[in-house]
Amino acid sequence: MKNCLNIGLSALLIFGTVNFVRGQGDSETIIIPRHVNTIGGTKPTPVALDGFSGEVAEALKFDLYVQGFSFVSPAQAQYIISGSNAGNIAGKVTDSAKRPIMPPKSYTGASPRTQAHALANDIVQAITGKPGISTQRGTTARIAFKAQPSGGGAGEIYMADLDGKNAQAVTSDHAIVAAPSWVPGRLALCYNSYAIEDSPYIFFHDLKSGDRKIIARYGGSCISPSVSPNGDRVTMVLSKNGRPNVFVADIDGSHLLQLTDSEEDSSPCWSPDGRWICFATKVNERRVLAKVSPGGGEVQKIPTSPQPNPSEPDWSPDGKWIAFTSQSGNYFNVCVMPADGSAAPIVVAAGEDPSWAPNSRTLIFARRDGYAYTLSVLDVFTKQSKDIARISGSDSEPSWAK
Amino acid sequence: MKITKLIYPLALVLACGIAVTGCGGHKVVKPTPLPGRAALPPPDVPPTPGFNPGENPQPTPDSFFTGPDGKPMKMDRARLAGNTIHFTYDSAAIKRTEHSNIEAVAQALSSDPSAKLLIEGNCDERGTEEYNRALGERRAGAARKELIKMGISANRIMTKSFGKDKPATDGHDEAARAQNRRDDFVILLPTSSAGGNQGGS
Repeated sequence: MKNCLNIGLSALLIFGTVNFVRGQGDSETIIIPRHVNTIGGTKPTPVALDGFSGEVAEALKFDLYVQGFSFVSPAQAQYIISGSNAGNIAGKVTDSAKRPIMPPKSYTGASPRTQAHALANDIVQAITGKPGISTQRGTTARIAFKAQPSGGGAGEIYMADLDGKNAQAVTSDHAIVAAPSWVPGRLALCYNSYAIEDSPYIFFHDLKSGDRKIIARYGGSCISPSVSPNGDRVTMVLSKNGRPNVFVADIDGSHLLQLTDSEEDSSPCWSPDGRWICFATKVNERRVLAKVSPGGGEVQKIPTSPQPNPSEPDWSPDGKWIAFTSQSGNYFNVCVMPADGSAAPIVVAAGEDPSWAPNSRTLIFARRDGYAYTLSVLDVFTKQSKDIARISGSDSEPSWAK
Repeated sequence: MKITKLIYPLALVLACGIAVTGCGGHKVVKPTPLPGRAALPPPDVPPTPGFNPGENPQPTPDSFFTGPDGKPMKMDRARLAGNTIHFTYDSAAIKRTEHSNIEAVAQALSSDPSAKLLIEGNCDERGTEEYNRALGERRAGAARKELIKMGISANRIMTKSFGKDKPATDGHDEAARAQNRRDDFVILLPTSSAGGNQGGS
């Protein structure tokens, strides 16, 4: 009996995350899973919204949907979220037996949307016990992305709220841009721009002061920046030494180090503990993911089979998952796999270039819509996703602020 | 070192004005001037132990884009426009049928020692963006390697990738895509030289 339980739990652990409750039993502790989230296989939590309208309801619904909630009538709901948006927003949460889950709270703030996002955060915290993703350091959570005409060409880097509202251009260079990467903990971005010498260089841009500087300007191409979890370093792909390889430097571009010399490296990202840089490469004629220490050393393969041709990896903030793009012919899928490679990746959406939210279950990605890209926000456990309205011909390469 | 080449984009940006602010009034984003030449990082860094940059490192942007007279080199896209080479899907291998084009490029460079070459690698729309940005760089690098083998000095040739951001033609059928998977060859000449004219791309 105990062996069956252990094998069953091992199987669950391979694909999901499990919250445990310790029970009493004989001379050993029996571990009883309380709530299991499996990638792509979790049912949404049904809630009813009552008393909200207009853009407040829209903001609440977006935020809750992409964190794994669905909207039903009060009779079918596990939780009832009631309140009003006449004047300042107020809300409270009860469960289906009318027990209080979140006491009534009212909000003040810059705009109804800002208040709605703050309420959404409190709702998620009250119901799940974990922080929501609607706000960050006191303001609405942000994304950054690349916006350009649908045929390619010059564009700008934009930032916006997590649901795509309040989009503002961060650049006005009318140049080819790519790969915005937030500096964690700061209102600052690194990105690739061709604004100087029509060449791909890497910029550090302080959005508060408006100051920016080039941190990588070398012969060849300087592309695909990704900032380290504590904001002090940046990894990038440079071809200055003859072909594109993975490099790392301090956030100001100093102390540059080459980390790889393989044939086909691209799109590096960091593990959340800062110990690894994960990137796409080719080993023995097969495209794989790999990781290397930012101090240099052996490159270790991370196989992704049976999902072929991985690229653009992103490592979840809790360290557990790597999301990436897999290409099969003309089809691109966002896949999620355990970061230790212990189980096969699971397809969670048709799309590419995922970026994790701080809750390690929501991510933003780009999906092809005709011949242009649209951004979409996805909960990987329920696979519920919601598009963000395009602000240009093609919006892509999203990055979720940390 | 002269900075005239950077003044123009800087002046243009300042003349065009201020960053756009979106609706909703979060005005966090201030005007975004481009950095001046003085702010650019140093030209090169010491090699990482264990990695040998000796094979065919790229010239630095300062040394490459500046002529012997200290003035910016001028670009001639028209001269070798007919020698653009094309690639098979997801490949950076130079096709045998393209060798005559590579030879023509080598010939243009050997016949004019003051000329330099910028190789621009490009991809079709199909792959993902950053994978394609690296693939475009590998395509440019493959042509650079061939030219170096043919005796052109490595510090006369620089590569640059546009990924899939600069298609040669609109269109989404295979004919259009085949045109977009390419290396364009851009000759750079000193300002004082007699030849060279700005061609359209």
